[in-house]
Amino acid sequence: MNKDAAMRDSYGEVLVELGEENPDIVVLDCDVSHSTKTLFFAERFPERFFNFGIQEANMMDIAAALATVGLVPFANTFSFLATLRASEQIRTSIAYNNLNVKIVGSYGGLSDSYDGASHQAVFDLAVMRGIPNIKVVVPSDGVETKKAVRAIVATPGPVYLRLCRNEVPVFFDEDYEFTLGKANTLREGADLTLVVIGILLDRTMRALEELEGEGIHCRVLQVHTLKPIDHQAIAKASEETGALVTIEEHNIIGGLGSAVAEVLASSKPAPMERVGIPDKFAESGDYHQLLDKYGMSCRDIVNAAKKVLRRKLQ
Amino acid sequence: MTISLTQEKVKELEKIALQIRRMVVKMVFTAQSGHLGGSLSVAEIISVLYFSELRIDPRNPNWPDRDRLVPSKGHCAPAIYAALALRGFIDPECLTTLRQLDSILQGHPCMTSTPGIDMSTGSLGHGLSIGVGMALGGRLKRSNFLVYVLLGDGELNEGQNWEAAMAATKLSLSNLIAIVDRNRIQLDGPTEEIMPLEPLMEKWKAFNWNTISIDGHSVEEISDSIQWAKENQDRPSVIIANTIKGKGVSFMENTHKWHGRPPTREEYEMAIRELEGEIDE
Repeated sequence: MNKDAAMRDSYGEVLVELGEENPDIVVLDCDVSHSTKTLFFAERFPERFFNFGIQEANMMDIAAALATVGLVPFANTFSFLATLRASEQIRTSIAYNNLNVKIVGSYGGLSDSYDGASHQAVFDLAVMRGIPNIKVVVPSDGVETKKAVRAIVATPGPVYLRLCRNEVPVFFDEDYEFTLGKANTLREGADLTLVVIGILLDRTMRALEELEGEGIHCRVLQVHTLKPIDHQAIAKASEETGALVTIEEHNIIGGLGSAVAEVLASSKPAPMERVGIPDKFAESGDYHQLLDKYGMSCRDIVNAAKKVLRRKLQ
Repeated sequence: MTISLTQEKVKELEKIALQIRRMVVKMVFTAQSGHLGGSLSVAEIISVLYFSELRIDPRNPNWPDRDRLVPSKGHCAPAIYAALALRGFIDPECLTTLRQLDSILQGHPCMTSTPGIDMSTGSLGHGLSIGVGMALGGRLKRSNFLVYVLLGDGELNEGQNWEAAMAATKLSLSNLIAIVDRNRIQLDGPTEEIMPLEPLMEKWKAFNWNTISIDGHSVEEISDSIQWAKENQDRPSVIIANTIKGKGVSFMENTHKWHGRPPTREEYEMAIRELEGEIDE
């Protein structure tokens, strides 16, 4: 792992690159372009950038309509607003008609940390996962963000992309190949599998080192596409390692943990533990301290790994 | 305002409106489900749009430069389906399958099921935003199509309409024409009791739209007001079409009781007799 980078900066940069390549890309924002970094696109392509003020529902329907004439709209706002305030617009106009809208929820998870629970999104993946036709993508770092954005443009249809506000360590190399719907096996190990989504990859890798030190060998399966989930990779991990821990910056209800449990229930079940937010609202504070306080510390991952291993061996 | 229709055309459009009404009543009776009141009130508007105004091609329903109609009050689907059948987009035979399994005619308009439907609607309050997006999309694609949005008055309760009204003005969308079916009755009762809309014209004016109020059962006034809207090239236009809910069937008129219930056989036969009587006159 090398330098830190903010996913939203990477996102803003790749939008400009794509804007150069594809004249059909249009970008919509709801008065938060300085935060989502669609500002970069707005400066480069003012004729293809539309700021709808604080009108998330309106923006989402307008995005749907723009897709009907063959444009490729990126609809941007904070995660909690995109997936709750405008979720009915996403369902009725975008998903029902399977329109080619890319919904980008910035400030995902607890990353709008100091603004508090009113601005944090710990349920967005559950909401989006429940709507037919939508793909749900959660990158883990800036490099993967750029690759993911390119992949979702290359794939017609609606997508929800969740981004983190803050700087996170860069894990992936520039030559990393991102395949929509395919989970990455980042480490091999026989004792159990750590299934991780989003920015908790860094904490997962640190927990992995600690577990290795104690002689516990984990497979690491990084899931960037929550829906459609890589059924095969998860079933295989369950069968080959016999225990799993899911790790997500989300309520433990409805996100990665639920998705993995659904796969296990219909394939080869194994003991499983969920690391995530234990069904509660968080609060204002430093991002990393919040992650620690609300169930997503390295210690939480290590403890969950040990617990699931005990269950496996019982 | 100029007179835009010949007397011959007026008669034709009135006849089509009646035909739409009969088809609507038959469809909802056959399905034993659907919305009569708000389908009957828009018959003239639908007639003028589909048989005089919309530049559309039944052989090429997805023609990129076609005019768009967003039926925001999606519960008037039976009236839209009648027009699509009369205009050759769909087989008239399929009208009997409305709301049934495997039908191309969903309870509310569905763009992926029915040729000629430009946007899926039914959940109220979306259509004006959709119209804004389509009108903006037309401009970006350098196409000169017009976008019509058919709004219910009840659905103007939804705040999103006013978000869209604001955005349409910001973007100076002169290719956007909204028509409000002002029948003054929503599901639970009179609009002015449930959630008062008046002064409605002043609301649109305050959002900087061109506004006009007409008799929504006069095909001449509908047509003239659309020409007026097309001539006003600086900003979006709204036509408040004053109508009667349930228009054409005496016992269905001006009551919320016929918003969403199907007729019995006796009621159906009475309704058809009234509508056929009008044709004979």
